[in-house]
Amino acid sequence: MIKYLLIIVAVIGMAFMFYPLVEEYSVATGLNDLANTYVYGSVKDLNMPNTVTAVVVTYRGLDTLGEVTVLFLATAGVGFLLRRKRKNSETRRHGSEILQTGAAFMSPLIILLGVYIFSHGHLSPGGGFQGGVVIASGILLLVLARVDFKFSHGIIHFSESLSGVGYVIMGVLGLLLLGVSSFLDPRYLPMGEYLYLFSSGAVPVIYSFIGLKVGSELSSVIDSMQAGGCDQ
Amino acid sequence: MIVLIGGFILVIIGIWAMLAKKNIIRIIIGFSIVDTGIHLIIVALGYVKGATAPIIDTAVKMQSSVSTGMKLVTKVVDPVPSALVLTAIVIGLAVTALMLSFTIRLFKVHGSLNIDDYEELKW
Amino acid sequence: MPDILALILLLLLSIIAAVYAIYTKRTLSAVIASGIISLSASIIFLIYGAPDVAMTEATIGAGLTTVVFLYALKQTKGGDDD
Repeated sequence: MIKYLLIIVAVIGMAFMFYPLVEEYSVATGLNDLANTYVYGSVKDLNMPNTVTAVVVTYRGLDTLGEVTVLFLATAGVGFLLRRKRKNSETRRHGSEILQTGAAFMSPLIILLGVYIFSHGHLSPGGGFQGGVVIASGILLLVLARVDFKFSHGIIHFSESLSGVGYVIMGVLGLLLLGVSSFLDPRYLPMGEYLYLFSSGAVPVIYSFIGLKVGSELSSVIDSMQAGGCDQ
Repeated sequence: MIVLIGGFILVIIGIWAMLAKKNIIRIIIGFSIVDTGIHLIIVALGYVKGATAPIIDTAVKMQSSVSTGMKLVTKVVDPVPSALVLTAIVIGLAVTALMLSFTIRLFKVHGSLNIDDYEELKW
Repeated sequence: MPDILALILLLLLSIIAAVYAIYTKRTLSAVIASGIISLSASIIFLIYGAPDVAMTEATIGAGLTTVVFLYALKQTKGGDDD
């Protein structure tokens, strides 16, 4: 069949494009110059142990701002496509007794774990994206367990807008207090002591805003997908 | 090396699924397989031989001298690919949800999940 | 390097799950298999020294993506499996 022949040709062409990358690859034995600058700068200038957070929030902060914008646009698209037409009168099945009791016990703890992860993102593995995702999974557990779980869209939209505006304001504050070409530079707050919670300037505040934003957006995605724009 | 090749195999399987399957949900599953393969490739490109995670706390040995400042003794992994993949995963979930909501709208309007039934743009 | 055996096993698991996700009859099984791919990928990230990425991939790939796919399957009930 001619279609499968064309697909096989396309896949072989793709493999041919990947071949030079595999052939010339060798495992690196040391960091390159850019990574060296980032690792040492994260410890010396920013007083921050987790270098991944240093790259995400500070060195590539504008990039992260763009990613959050893409996330917002995709969430808005999901909410627009699956908007509720009429009063939602669908009968959902109740969760079982075990699920309901477990959800009532577990989901506050899961949300607390999410807050812990994004507020300690500059010290240990974790950060805003991971913490926001954990918060969204806690809310997912509540949505699964309870039929009458009312999802307050006002609070979600408020926290989403608040964290987005807060993120941009923290960036502009760096521009105002430290001078030109220092957008999203976190060094205008006190740097603190190494390996303590209140250290490395504005990074915990910025990453908490990112965590709240990611958590509320993914929660509203889950809520839209669950309702599914049903109009019966 | 082996993770790089595995990631490429996953990408090729995903592209095969996107081109050869008829069901729209299968096509989206193929897209998410390509996503995971690309993440594996990027993380494998940033690996340094015998290195640990790039978190400079007490587990990573450091020596400080007067002339050169501080210097790491333990090797650490390149942090830049980790940071890129971190955001890409979250964006991938949002894009997958967007595609699935398009699928739900299409199914509500036309009542079919077969990609061959949608031929408005065909010539 | 003692990790190489674990890496080979995890990659084999993910490739087998990918092939199964394409060629199984039921779409539900395909969704679960794509969750398995993400879970083994997160363990590979952990071995390769990227714990941040491993946390994100484990929560999103194995948890939220699967649930989003399952909701979409529920909404499109009656569509033909192939």
